[in-house]
Amino acid sequence: MILYFLCFVLFLVGLYGVITRRNVIKIVLGICIMEYSINLLFVLIGYVHDGVAPIIVKGSTETNFVDPLPQAMVLTVIVIGLATTAMLLAIAIRVYRKHETFDIREIKNLKG
Amino acid sequence: MEALLAVLILLMIAGSIYTLHARDLLSAVIAYGITGFGLVICFLLLKAPDLAIAQIVVEIITLIIMIAVIRISTREDLTEGATIKVEGVRYVNLRSAVYFVTGLLFVLGFMYYFMKSTLNLDPFGEHSARMGQVYIEQGAELTGSANLVAGVLFDFRAYDTLGEATILITAVVGILTVLRLKGRK
Repeated sequence: MILYFLCFVLFLVGLYGVITRRNVIKIVLGICIMEYSINLLFVLIGYVHDGVAPIIVKGSTETNFVDPLPQAMVLTVIVIGLATTAMLLAIAIRVYRKHETFDIREIKNLKG
Repeated sequence: MEALLAVLILLMIAGSIYTLHARDLLSAVIAYGITGFGLVICFLLLKAPDLAIAQIVVEIITLIIMIAVIRISTREDLTEGATIKVEGVRYVNLRSAVYFVTGLLFVLGFMYYFMKSTLNLDPFGEHSARMGQVYIEQGAELTGSANLVAGVLFDFRAYDTLGEATILITAVVGILTVLRLKGRK
C-alpha cells in the first residue's frame, strides 16, 4: 500500500508542475511525469510475490507468472505517450516562433 | 524488494521536483532523465523486461527531441519566487499564494478519493489474475508465442495494437503539418 501511495505522490508532483509553472516546456515535462506515474501504478498492481517474467522457457515447469495483461496495456501506453509528447513539443516550438517566448501569460491567443 | 522499490520511487520524486524547479531548461531536461531511467529500473525489478526495453528507447528519443527544441529556442526559465522585493520591502507574491492554495485544495481532494479507491485493490504482491489466468494457462497453445506479453499484444488484443499504430501515424502527420506551415507574422 505504501508503494501505491508513493506512486500517487509522483502523480501529484506532475500535477503541481502543470498548475504552477509558466514555462511551456515545464508544463510538458509535468504531463510526462504524470504519464510515468500511471504506467508504474499499472505494473505495480499486476505484480505477484516471487513471480517470474511471463516468458515460457522450454523444460521449466514454472507457473507463477506475473500478470501479462497490465504489461501489454502499458506497452501500448508508452508508445502513445511518446507520440503525444512529440506533438506537444512541435506545437510549443511553433508558439515560440510566433511569440518569441515560452511564457504562457504572454501568449494571449493561439490564433494562426 | 518493497523497500528497494520505495527508495527508487522516492529518488524519482526528488528528480521530478528538481526538474520542475531548475533555473535552466537544459538541466531540467537532463534531470527529467532521473525519473525516466528510475522507471526503467522499477520495470526490471517488477519482472517486466519488454516494458524496460520500450521505456529506455522512448526515454532517449524524448531527451533528444527536448534538447533539439531547447537548442533552437531559449534556455531561460520564467519561474517567479514566493516573495517580491519592492523598494527594499519583501511582499508575498499574490499569484504564488493563489497557486499554492489551489494546489493544496487539489491535493487534499485527490488524496481523499485515492485513499477510498486503493481500499478496493489487492495489496501489493497478492494480485489474483482474473483475466490474465486464461492468458497464462492457454496463451502458449493459442498463439504459439513463448513471450506472453507479445502474445497478448499481437493476438488477443491485436485491434488495440492496430489503433496504437494508427495514433502514431496520425501524430507523425500532425507534426509534419504543424512544422511545415509558414506562420503569418
